[in-house]
Amino acid sequence: MNLKLRVWRQKDRNAPGKLVEYEAGDIDPEMSFLEMLDVVNERLIGAGDEPIAFDHDCREGICGTCSATINGIPHGPERATTVCQLHMRHFKDGDILTIEPFRAKPFPVIRDLMVDRSAFDRIIESGGFVSVRTGSAPEANTLPIPKDAAETAMDAAACIGCGACVAACKNASAMLFVAAKSSQLNTLPQGKPEKDRRVLNMVAAMDEAGFGNCTNQYECSAVCPKTISEDFIAQLNREYLVASVKQSFAGK
Amino acid sequence: MYCGGAAIVFILSIFMEQTTARLFRSSLGKKYVMAVSGVILLLFVIGHLIGNLQIFAHPDLINSYAHFLQNMGPGLWAVRLILLTAVVAHIWAAVELTLENRRARPEDYREKDTIQASYASRTMRISGFIVLAFILFHLAHFTLQVVNPQYQELYTQLEDGTVVHDVHSMMVSGFQNIWISGFYLIAIGLLSVHLRHGFASMFQSIGLRNRKIAGPLEKTSLGLSILYFAGNAAIPVAILAGFVS
Repeated sequence: MNLKLRVWRQKDRNAPGKLVEYEAGDIDPEMSFLEMLDVVNERLIGAGDEPIAFDHDCREGICGTCSATINGIPHGPERATTVCQLHMRHFKDGDILTIEPFRAKPFPVIRDLMVDRSAFDRIIESGGFVSVRTGSAPEANTLPIPKDAAETAMDAAACIGCGACVAACKNASAMLFVAAKSSQLNTLPQGKPEKDRRVLNMVAAMDEAGFGNCTNQYECSAVCPKTISEDFIAQLNREYLVASVKQSFAGK
Repeated sequence: MYCGGAAIVFILSIFMEQTTARLFRSSLGKKYVMAVSGVILLLFVIGHLIGNLQIFAHPDLINSYAHFLQNMGPGLWAVRLILLTAVVAHIWAAVELTLENRRARPEDYREKDTIQASYASRTMRISGFIVLAFILFHLAHFTLQVVNPQYQELYTQLEDGTVVHDVHSMMVSGFQNIWISGFYLIAIGLLSVHLRHGFASMFQSIGLRNRKIAGPLEKTSLGLSILYFAGNAAIPVAILAGFVS
């Protein structure tokens, strides 16, 4: 199949970027989207041009490294799919594909389609962990966990931190990411002791990073390759309100 | 009663001082302000509609109702103060959140697509802005009566002999103007669209929504907006058609 690509090219953080057109001819429909970009890059290198820089790692849809906005939708037109798991058979011969980076102020472009998502790491550092004694594992049944709580926590923990939620949100809000990362711990007994501190700190870190605000449109959940539910955002809203009020009346 | 009220306000202010600084600065805090002020305004517009629907009964009914509201004294001003605070808070939160959202994406997509966000949710700013313009006109028109100063001269006598402001005639005369009725219908339409997203959205903002109740919640939201529009639109339509005179 033959495609026309309009790819965002940007030399570095501070350089202005622009869309550049490329012909992607003779593409195998069984290729993944990233393999298609590999082919285009091989040809660019062969012609002495700079290849298109893009993030990728596992190419199995589980690491959260790949990121690109295709025709205005992060990770492209297929639902519950990362770019690396998106196959060219979902496109038609002759399609024009606009490929842009994930766009948000806290995700500055490093080069072309690569963005710096370390703002997510700062949010995790602010509270997305549990403080537990390491060493030998405790006896499994000392801490009973309700089945539904375990399931809910696993649903939240499916988040691979790719940032598509931010990229899809018209306000570049990171609420779905923060909600998933706080809920996966808050739902479990191990995460309960630090629950209030966790939500207060993670929201503060999110605001500090300069993400936008949620307007309850759930584009994040619709675009999420792991289909994280917006229910976790409601949970975060609820837990933040409770934590704020509790902190106001705390003795210390 | 006033002492009790003052005590509650005092205790709340101490509590507020502790929470508000952080809450009003945080993104989620502003969303709570948006939701709570939205609830207050929603309750008001529903009450306002129910009051207005009395136009379809004998003129004495709405006139005596208006007379009762006008003579509530401090109660009237308490309600007005709450509403004004809610309007100011709603607009303040909207402006703050919008500015933050703009800053969060300085370089926009050259091509952007939407998967499922509703039309109502994507037009909250413009619908809100036009509704605000309408509210200002509406207050100048019917409350302050500066648009048509002759409204101030409209009086009628109730069955018991009390002389009251003739709100019934004021509404009929006001809506007989096709331009005023037109602007009113547009504003009511936009407010209904605004409520379509706003009603369901406030539950999410304060954390009282999940996918189990999302279906009924969205249906309630849609039903409410349609009923709200139909109820409000019935008034100018009936007056223009000559059913109410």
